[in-house]
Amino acid sequence: MPANRVFEVKALSRVEGEGALYVKLNGDQVEHVELNIYEPPRFFESFLRGREVREVPDITARICGICPVAYQMSSCHALEKAMGIEVGPEIRSLRRLLYCGEWIESHALHIYLLHAPDFLGYESGISMASDHKEVVKKGLRLKKIGNDLLEVLGGRAIHPINVTVGGFYRAPDVRKLKALLPDLEWGLQASIETLELVSQFSFPDLEVDYECVSLKHPEEFPLNQGRIVTTSGLDIAMEEYEQHFDERHMKQSTALHSVKLPEEKPYLVGPLARLNLCFDQLLPTAKKYAEKCGIDWPSRNNFQSIAARAIELIDVYEEAIAIVNDNNAELSQSRVQYTPSAGEGCHATEAPRGLLYHRYRIGDDGLIAEAKIVPPTSQNLGQIESDLHDYVPRVAIHDDAEATHRCEHLIRNYDPCISCSTHFLDLTIDRGADRQE
Amino acid sequence: MADKPTLAVFKFASCDGCQLSLLCAEDQLLDIAGAIEIAYFLEARTAQSEGPYDVGLVEGSITTQHDAERIQEIRKQCRFLVAIGACATSGGIQALRNWASVDDFIGQVYAHPEYISTLKTSTPIAEHVAVDFELRGCPISKSQLVDLVAALLHGRKPKVPSYSVCVECKRQGTVCVAVARGVACLGPVTQAGCGAICPAYCRECFGCYGPKEQPNLVSLTGHYAEGDSDRDHLVRLARNFNGYAPDFREASDALEGRVEIQAKQ
Repeated sequence: MPANRVFEVKALSRVEGEGALYVKLNGDQVEHVELNIYEPPRFFESFLRGREVREVPDITARICGICPVAYQMSSCHALEKAMGIEVGPEIRSLRRLLYCGEWIESHALHIYLLHAPDFLGYESGISMASDHKEVVKKGLRLKKIGNDLLEVLGGRAIHPINVTVGGFYRAPDVRKLKALLPDLEWGLQASIETLELVSQFSFPDLEVDYECVSLKHPEEFPLNQGRIVTTSGLDIAMEEYEQHFDERHMKQSTALHSVKLPEEKPYLVGPLARLNLCFDQLLPTAKKYAEKCGIDWPSRNNFQSIAARAIELIDVYEEAIAIVNDNNAELSQSRVQYTPSAGEGCHATEAPRGLLYHRYRIGDDGLIAEAKIVPPTSQNLGQIESDLHDYVPRVAIHDDAEATHRCEHLIRNYDPCISCSTHFLDLTIDRGADRQE
Repeated sequence: MADKPTLAVFKFASCDGCQLSLLCAEDQLLDIAGAIEIAYFLEARTAQSEGPYDVGLVEGSITTQHDAERIQEIRKQCRFLVAIGACATSGGIQALRNWASVDDFIGQVYAHPEYISTLKTSTPIAEHVAVDFELRGCPISKSQLVDLVAALLHGRKPKVPSYSVCVECKRQGTVCVAVARGVACLGPVTQAGCGAICPAYCRECFGCYGPKEQPNLVSLTGHYAEGDSDRDHLVRLARNFNGYAPDFREASDALEGRVEIQAKQ
């Protein structure tokens, strides 16, 4: 093995969007780790200026085809705060149900098609299907039920059209929601089996003292509401987010990297962070299986995020069943009517990949004057690089191809959404000799 | 048995939603993967085969010099090239930069504008290379995508309607939001394919599938402007996910009293 090595992934696979990784090693010393995000910038925060308040959830959905609901939810709540609008408990509950649909679709996709192949030794879910057809079919059905829920509530699964500031354009059809119950019941059982499968995987040994960050709500697992809490004990209102977290613009990236202030430290958002901080808020079935799955929570190993995702999958199926069971009458008023007015508001919700913060200022003309969006993956970028710094020396005993594969696996722990974070990856491992450009 | 036809999926500036539509065809995905070789699809698999490919699906718009060069190479590698989704067929929502100064945009989002390299415009794939077929939508329809793959396997033409969203509304018995509610709706000028979901959810069509054949949007927006609709609102309605499609562009520019917009390259 040469003293100086370079590991390089020019185009990361099984992640959403495009990026590269470059690692330079000198002996056992990691000289440089760089997540290079070359996904082209799209400038959402700029062209939102001058748009109408009611257009915002339709536009921000287009930041991400995998988690459009997250963008719609953060947008709507922030704009409602800006205009002093309060929505009632029925709309709040249906918004949770819509978010459950997105978590189901996104988590099932990541567990079965993107992440499980790393543990089982396949290059994709598609080739995994040749040996484990029933497993992959189960994953696809789990995912489809999430999409079905999104279609009933949102009109369609990708870029739902029924979400608006103040509520929904049309109240969902109660009969169509009830018709989903048998599939949701199957999904709850199948997600328990999912946890049983993934918790038996062999997890690489990488323990990190993560500063976890998530929303926390006393009575519910966090989706749309709560305070922002951290492992080190920070407990703040959403309005204080920008005083404690800031974005840094790195040369190699069209995504901004977030840091926790004042120490300029990277931090972790997403399923592992949420489970570590909000375990007590899990619903009874999810908590019962989480406690007996063989993993000690809280966990400091983000390879176990696949189990955290499976626990959350149980939780959101359980919650979706409860909400649909409670939903017996069509809403008399599907939304709060409003006239756009000047003001400023911010809100964070829990996207499948973690905390998603939005802030808007509405001008005197009732149009968007300023927008700020901080996606979960850009908050995780610094932590991914930090994890790689710790992990690369351990995998350096392997040949370049295997070492590189292991680094990619680590990156996929984060379910990075590069499309989102661009305002995100190729892997290059440079073992010193000739750095390729 | 002859070799299976090969499919490649490429991404440019976009949200991933259209290529995700392939993974969202949960009931057909394993059959598709059995009938064709998914040779290049970064989002779905690590193993990638070298070209040439029989079919290339291209998502996203061209916004960087590097991508303008990459699409030329991809064209050479693909026997049949299909642009999928509003970004690839009209420039997408990010084409709003085409009416603004991109330098101002970069300054608003990034602390170090010098690290960002981007073109002044977001343009559809067909502005750069010959495209064999376009699948519209923001996002594309999963059933149209599955039909496209089946059509390519069987050597027939894909079944994509050329009529407007209005026809879908009438078939479904959806009450017209433009007539009954006085809402400015793009249904009359927008290509069908979504199933006319927006009017069915009591709201206006905002043109996800882009202009139908011979849409005459200038006339429609002129009609709305004579009614209760505010001209600035109509400009924004026409200028969204497919705003840079020539027919939509012409209408929003006419409403603003602009002459033909000069393409900024």
